[in-house]
Amino acid sequence: MLNESQCRKIIDAAIKHALSFASKKKPIEVEVSITGSNLATSRFANNEMTQNQAPDSNVVAVRLLRDGRQARLETLDLSESGIERLVESALEAVKLLEADEDVLALVSAKGMSKKSKEASSRYDLATAELTALERANAVAKIIKQAEDQDVSAAGIYCSGASYIAIGNSNGLFQYHQESTAACSITATADGATSWVLNHAPTASEVNTELLAERVINRAKQARMPEDLPPGKYLAILEPAAVIDLLSYLWWDFSGTSHIDKLSCLLDKVGEKVFGDNITIVDDVTNKNQCGCPFDGEGVPRQTITLVENGVIKNLVHSRLSAKKMQTKTTGHSVAQPSAMGEMPLNIVIEGGISSIEDMIKQVQGDQEAVLLTRVWYVREVDPSTKLLTGMTRDGTFLVKNGAVVKPVKNLRFNVSLLELLNNVIALGTSVRAAGAEGIEVPAVVPAMMVKDFNFTEGTRF
Amino acid sequence: MFDLLELALDAAKQFGATYADARLIEQESELIQTKNLAVSLFNRGDNIGLGIRVIADGGWGFASTQKLTKKAIINCAKRAVEVAKASGTVMKNPVLLASEPAWNATWVSPHLIDPFTVSVEDKLEVLMAAAKTMLAVKGVTLAQGMLHFIRDDKFFANSEGCRLRQTSIRTGCMIEANSSNSEDRQRRSYPCAFGQYEQAGYEMVQKWDLPGHAEQIAQEAVALLTAPLCPQGEVDTIIGSSQLGLQIHESMGHPSELDRALGQEINFAGASFLTPDQRGQLRYGSEIVNLVADATTPGALGSFGFDDEGVAAQCTYLVRNGLFEGYLSSRDTAHLIGLDRSGGAMRAESWNFAPIIRMTNISLLPGSAGSLENLISDTGDGLFMETNKSWSIDSMRYNFQFSTEIAWKIKKGKRSEILKNPSYSGITPVFWNTCDAICDNSENTYWGTPNCGKGQPMQVMWTGHGASPARFRKLTVGIAQS
Repeated sequence: MLNESQCRKIIDAAIKHALSFASKKKPIEVEVSITGSNLATSRFANNEMTQNQAPDSNVVAVRLLRDGRQARLETLDLSESGIERLVESALEAVKLLEADEDVLALVSAKGMSKKSKEASSRYDLATAELTALERANAVAKIIKQAEDQDVSAAGIYCSGASYIAIGNSNGLFQYHQESTAACSITATADGATSWVLNHAPTASEVNTELLAERVINRAKQARMPEDLPPGKYLAILEPAAVIDLLSYLWWDFSGTSHIDKLSCLLDKVGEKVFGDNITIVDDVTNKNQCGCPFDGEGVPRQTITLVENGVIKNLVHSRLSAKKMQTKTTGHSVAQPSAMGEMPLNIVIEGGISSIEDMIKQVQGDQEAVLLTRVWYVREVDPSTKLLTGMTRDGTFLVKNGAVVKPVKNLRFNVSLLELLNNVIALGTSVRAAGAEGIEVPAVVPAMMVKDFNFTEGTRF
Repeated sequence: MFDLLELALDAAKQFGATYADARLIEQESELIQTKNLAVSLFNRGDNIGLGIRVIADGGWGFASTQKLTKKAIINCAKRAVEVAKASGTVMKNPVLLASEPAWNATWVSPHLIDPFTVSVEDKLEVLMAAAKTMLAVKGVTLAQGMLHFIRDDKFFANSEGCRLRQTSIRTGCMIEANSSNSEDRQRRSYPCAFGQYEQAGYEMVQKWDLPGHAEQIAQEAVALLTAPLCPQGEVDTIIGSSQLGLQIHESMGHPSELDRALGQEINFAGASFLTPDQRGQLRYGSEIVNLVADATTPGALGSFGFDDEGVAAQCTYLVRNGLFEGYLSSRDTAHLIGLDRSGGAMRAESWNFAPIIRMTNISLLPGSAGSLENLISDTGDGLFMETNKSWSIDSMRYNFQFSTEIAWKIKKGKRSEILKNPSYSGITPVFWNTCDAICDNSENTYWGTPNCGKGQPMQVMWTGHGASPARFRKLTVGIAQS
């Protein structure tokens, strides 16, 4: 892990070396970024430790612009000579390319707001320095809870920190560091499984004892699942299922996905596409969010309303997509150059007032609902309708007469997100949630109760 | 480099390791991507580091460093042992390793033209020629291309005396034509979705001839916009070679990973319906279905001389004449199912990860149905599906649904109209038991999958899959659009 001053020193040295090759006739612009992580993972299964890794890496990338051309090179060699070699290789590489009108001058630090301080509280030294033995002790307690209930536990406990620094020859410099603690557990009881994941900037927010208790009880409830015929059902999606489904929609809000005519929301900005109860914002400053307050070019991330009461309000932009669509960057660029362009990474979906228990109680009369803990292997079948397929996993239950009545075997679904977000009939409170599919960063999402969730096939387990 | 590995091993032993191995990998890479007539990404990277894996107090520990100073390596070994000792406090049974000879060898992947000696101008010429051809077809809204080259120089040593050096060159290439209108988005890729990768030099790019196939995929992408939907029903279906490669990957490769079958991956990647009690018992497929894990196939993406714990490359039958027979295994799992030796499937994405059980080249052995055209003639009425578009399978690897970029209707033994949004689904052993014809070796291709994810933390691995087109009777198709 490199601190802010160590990063600044490397970045300044790289920029200085690059500019030593510049002339009035042949000016050079250079951007240098450094990323690193020491996130360690203790992994367990069958009630014992199976793997335990403590990696450490730091990568330096140089993006060099000259004569309307740009090249990006990376190295792990952080020595002075290593950085100089990287810069010189970039100078050679850029000569090999053709000039491109899409290559923009680097961003200037002038007038840039300093929002990055707000996210600095996402670093907790105790979490960053948690030891292997402390993680092992937490795992041992989870295993003890499982063994006491005749349940088998598997999962991970990981902790550590990551950082990103970016600077350029136009005076920009940004640094962000963040600690992470995450615990996920799969409990197996008589072949039935349940799963839970908690992900936070500090270890004190990850209550492993509570997580173990919840997942062990859920696994016991999931024993002896029965077949459920495929068909359209009311579905109650826990937050992890919501994030793993909806994460397939986020890139469709990027300017580049519209320029390339790949978005399912093409020509729909300003139109009502989803139900009245759907409002989605990208907001890095939300207290339940994680992540870096500036984008891949060092531009501060703005809070952007993507959907308001079902109406598509805005897209997110990098400087390039903004130029092509004659608007302004929103600070959502990925590291450039990139065919992907930009991405909203800090999704906050406005929640409602229903708890999952309230949603269960709403299922009355002839109604049947399926309660989903988690979805798995979600993939896009048709990009134009955002038709997704996937499986339920780790605890699927039938709900009738206001109560969970039995566990059911897993089901395959095929659902269109454009339809699903018109079929939401209840929303829970928005919470920080993380899934295991799609984007691995957490989002702030509510549980959802949706109608006409299309289960198409079953499986044996 | 071996002196650095010796230093790591000695330090690990001094700190209390009862076993240690160390891997030092030096990597060089070049990735070129084009979007329409512009270079959207030109990225070169170099990467060197060392990972130390140890057993201490009966548990595993792993640590890595990119600093290759004496002090950093000793600290890294110390950290690995500390982690292992922490693991040891949460072990039921100490780690037990199957024995393996202490090899002392070198291995180099086959290649004719070192891609790092080919000029960038020549590489861009290939991509730009393909892009111009695709964009010349009316209706193409986006044309993309990719060339990717990676060289790994890997040094391995363990405390049992094994000393290995392996050099691998991997080359990948792809072009893609997209056609969109207000209602629909269609895509065609060549040679396959996500790019074809092989352990080969630049000759591989020349062999696949991207510009020579650009017009065809561009025309198909545009034609798909107005093509009829693939019907729903139970239809005799020929699955093309590249799509079948991914089918093998998902429905045979992953379920035959022994760590999954033993529950070690259940928290993320899942488990397996292929439990150890079914070895030699379960009829996985029809009599003509033979599936092997073969790390010795020259040029295939999942080949090597030795895996990442120093076990020599092997060819293992997973399914023989339709019967489930074997697993992908490691030194620490082999004994759990009564094997004397690891199957040699432990691989790590880089020096920064501990190895886990991964696919090598999981391949369907060719059959006797002749060429693809022979098989189409023999099929009467049915479908031919090719090039993956989406893939999904349950966490036990039992129920799956795939869709492909394109399908053709087969009418009276002839390939006829194009159909869009084809999909098929099924149950793994039911599906493989409906396989009644496999094309011969003339249609066999070793497809490379460069992006297989598994493990926590997630590791991305490159695997190979040999496949000839094959026919599946009464396959359930079109349920995705129901």
